[in-house]
Parts: sequence; C-alpha cells; structure tokens
Amino acid sequence: MTWPRYTEVGDCGLLIAFADRESEAAHARVIALDRRLGCADIPGLVECVPALVNLMVVFDPLVTTHTALRAAVGDLVTESLRASAGDQGAATTQHNIPVCFDADLAPDLPAVARACDMSEDAVITCLTATPITVAMYGFAPGYAYLTGLPPALHVPRKPAPVRDVPKGSLLIAGPQALITTLTMPTGWSILGRSRFQVMDPEGDPQFRMAVGDTVQFRRVPRAEFEAGARP
Amino acid sequence: MTDARFRIQAAGPLVTLQDAGRRGHLRHGVPGSGPMDRFGFAAAHALLGRETTGTAIEVSLGGLALDWVEGTCTVAVAGGGFRCTLDGVRHEGWDVLTLTPGSRLTITGGAWGSWCYLAFAGTLDVPRWLGAAATHGQSGLGGGMITPGQMIRVTGAEAQPARNGAYDIPPIAKPRDTLRVVPGPQDHLFDADALTQLSSAAYKVTDAYDRMGIRLDGPTLALADALSIPSEPILRGSIQVTGTGVPTILMADHQTTGGYPKIATVISADLAPLSQHRAGDDLRFKAVTPEAANAEARAYAEATHAALEALRAPRLSLDDRLARENLISGVTDGGQTGP
Repeated sequence: MTWPRYTEVGDCGLLIAFADRESEAAHARVIALDRRLGCADIPGLVECVPALVNLMVVFDPLVTTHTALRAAVGDLVTESLRASAGDQGAATTQHNIPVCFDADLAPDLPAVARACDMSEDAVITCLTATPITVAMYGFAPGYAYLTGLPPALHVPRKPAPVRDVPKGSLLIAGPQALITTLTMPTGWSILGRSRFQVMDPEGDPQFRMAVGDTVQFRRVPRAEFEAGARP
Repeated sequence: MTDARFRIQAAGPLVTLQDAGRRGHLRHGVPGSGPMDRFGFAAAHALLGRETTGTAIEVSLGGLALDWVEGTCTVAVAGGGFRCTLDGVRHEGWDVLTLTPGSRLTITGGAWGSWCYLAFAGTLDVPRWLGAAATHGQSGLGGGMITPGQMIRVTGAEAQPARNGAYDIPPIAKPRDTLRVVPGPQDHLFDADALTQLSSAAYKVTDAYDRMGIRLDGPTLALADALSIPSEPILRGSIQVTGTGVPTILMADHQTTGGYPKIATVISADLAPLSQHRAGDDLRFKAVTPEAANAEARAYAEATHAALEALRAPRLSLDDRLARENLISGVTDGGQTGP
C-alpha cells in the first residue's frame, strides 16, 4: 500500500489517508494537511474533517468533482508528508484544565486504581503529570478525543454503559481521555469533573480545542471547582 | 405583515425544528442535521412562493397538532403523503392553508412517507446554534424538539390566501426502492462476495429508524476478518456495518466519526427519496462509479430545481384556470375543425 491514499466517498467526499494504523507520524500529517486546507482557497471545498490517520474533504458536487478536487489538493498533500511526530509545522495551544477528583465526582476512580494496581492519589498524579494531545472530535458535539495517556492508566471500557453521566465529566478508556460536553451515557471510566467547557455555545470560539492542541489536567480542590473558575 | 403566535397542542416523538442544516462543524463532532427529506422541506417553502428556505417544523409519523393563537399566517404542508386537518376539514396531500386565531391544524401520517414539513410565510422565532436553527436530536441543540404546550412566535407573518389549496405531489418527491451507492471506503475489508450481495439482495427498512440512521434487515455482510479500523470521518449516506454484519444507513444526525467499516455510501440524490420509506419497505442497492455519482448530483439538482419552480409558480384562481382550459380547448377545437 502506498501513501497517501485517496478514496472517493459517495458523491461529495474525498478521504485522504496517510496510514491504516494509528501513529503519531500519520496524525501529524493529518493535522498539517488540515491547517493547509484551512488556509487554501479551493473551489467547491465545503469543510474538512481531520481524524486519526485520515482527513475527509467534503465538497459541493455542483461545483467540483472527486477528480478535480484531488488535483487541487495534490500539492498540499505532498507538503504535508514532510510533517513528522511532534512537528506539524504549526503552532499549537496547551490547555490547562482544572479537574476535581472528589469521590462523588469520580465514581470509577477506586476501580481504576485497583485495575492499575495504584493508589487513587497515584492515578491522579499520573493523569496530571504529562500533557496529552487532542486527536480528533467525534461521537457527539464537542467530544474531543484526547490521546496519549500513560500506559499505566490504560483500562478497558466498562462492560455496560452508565446512563446520564453529567457534562464536564473526565472519562478514560485505553490510551484516550475525554471531557464530556453533554449529559450522555458512557462505558468509559469516570475519573473526575471539570467546569472547562470544550464546547461553549456563548464562547468565541465555540469549540475551544483544535485538533493537535495539547491538554494538561490540573487537580483542583472542591471550592475552586464549585467557583467554576475558567482557566 | 404582523407577528403571529401558535401553541403546540400535541407532538409525537422526533418532531423538531429544522432549517437547511449547518455546515462547517463536522470537525467538532457536529453533523449537518437539517431535514431528513431535503426536497420535501424545500417544496414546503416553494409552495409559499419562496426562493429560500427558513425554519420549518419536521413532523414525524408521530404527528403534530397546533392551535393558532394570534395573527394570520399562511402555511404549507409538504413532504411525504401525510394527512392534515384544518378545523375538522380534511386535506389530502400537499396543501397551502391560511391560519387565523382559533384555527386548529393537525398533521398525521397518511398513505406513504415518514417525514412531513410545515413551513410558514414568516420567520419562526426559535433558538439558533452554530449559525443554524436545525435541531441536533441527541443534544436538542438548535431550534429544539417540539413539545406540547410550547408557544412559538412567527415574525413578519403574511397571509397569502391566493396560494391556498391542494397541490399535486411531483414524482421526484416519492420514495425510491433502488438506491445508488458508491462502494467504499472499506469495501475491501469485507468478504469477496459482500458487495455483490449488497447489490443483489433485498433489504428491509426496520423500525430502528430515527434521525441518526436506518437499520436494515437482510443478509448479513461478513467482514473478511475482525479488523477494527481507526475511527474516521463519516458522511450522511454511509452504510456502516457493525460486528454482527447488520448494515445501517447513517442519516441527518449521524455521528461524525466512527470505527465501524463502511461498505458503501448512498449518493446524495437518493437520500431524500430514501428518507420517505417506512419500516417493512424493501430496498435494493446499485453500485455506481464516483464519476456517475458526481453526474447524478448535478442531474438531481436540475430536476429538483425544475420541480420547485413549478411549485413556486403563482397559483391561478379557479376563474383563471377555467379560462385557460377553455382557451386551450378552443385552440384545439379550432385546429380540428379547420376552415
């Protein structure tokens, strides 16, 4: 298989893939291409959707075609191949996100501590020690998948989802973490709660994380969480 | 032009406010939402003579009843073969009606179709989110779900009684049994005969049908091996296949990314005709090339444009219509008899 690979999706999508398995290098290329497409003026381009190993270009089939679009983005794709892990060729933002780990907000912390053979405090220390990366959005509005959790914290999804998990919950599963934006069911482990709004309908921008940004969790006491202070 | 108000008396599940949908936020996990049947939605606005679409109420088979409270406003009912009743008088098919205080309008499922649109000669004063009033079902963000007791205001309401009456439903509005698909992006991950099976077998629409998608019943589509793919972007019309081999066609409120393989994508020209199917209906799939799909998108845009123009044309009064028929018959008669 040679990369990049172009796949036509229906009559209005072109999927551009840099790999078929997750890697930091493939993701760096996706982000590099996304940034370039964001600055480009390509006729018929409607929107771009970056993911883990590929990026979807959505286009208006009344203006362009898969073939014309592929030709129009060719140079940008070639340039993006130069991006490598840790160097996407563009500045990124680090978000410091306050999280309260009090027991009533962190119902799965004891089980995760047991599964990881650590104390609860050690889980929190490990989770807040190193920044993780915004890999992509998906599943629901504002659900930004954060990836790169330390291997010591990798736990599988729970066997059954829990309903009505409040928005602002910090969830983990495998190498991923997420701050929820809606009250929804989840099968991921609930480790804490934050007032940080990834999706802020009143805010500008309304989505505060860009794919490729980094996130650093910070443990805060109840009072600071209740005050709802934004970072 | 005045302000008008109405109160929702009853609303079934999945009755929502929808405009044409939102663009540009798939990258933030936000699907386009908007009408399930984009043509029926556009037709309801065309029946009011409008060039552009505003916010309408999308009515599910659960139905809608409303009481007009204040002001006068002309409304149009289009999309599917629903039944509407105004003050006890039944109207079949697509209709334009003028509502005044005390009017009760009900819309219920009719002979065919799953979604119907109630459009207003005026602007619904409803919440917007990310630049659109389209409702995203799971979050309720956007204009929102329609609920009993809710009062909705129409600004700039107009009475257009000259447009009142029943309209013929154009053939392009009807459901299509054979849906054209572009294979992929993961057709290569399925058993060698899976694509052939998808193109030859009949699949039934199940009652697991909502704004997110339509689960189908039919021969399962086997994956070559239990590969899971890295989660990737999804478009409306994707046919996603879960581990059990059951296909689901993703619709207006689809998740924006997912890790299930997708065997094919229904072309956008066939999504509106697909949406008007009901549980138990048979569907078939026909593979087409991406080039053919591009061409179909353009052909469908021309065909819908022509159909909407016809609906938008001023409605002739009964006298005008009789006069025109007499004139036409007169000319014909003249031709036949000769000098």
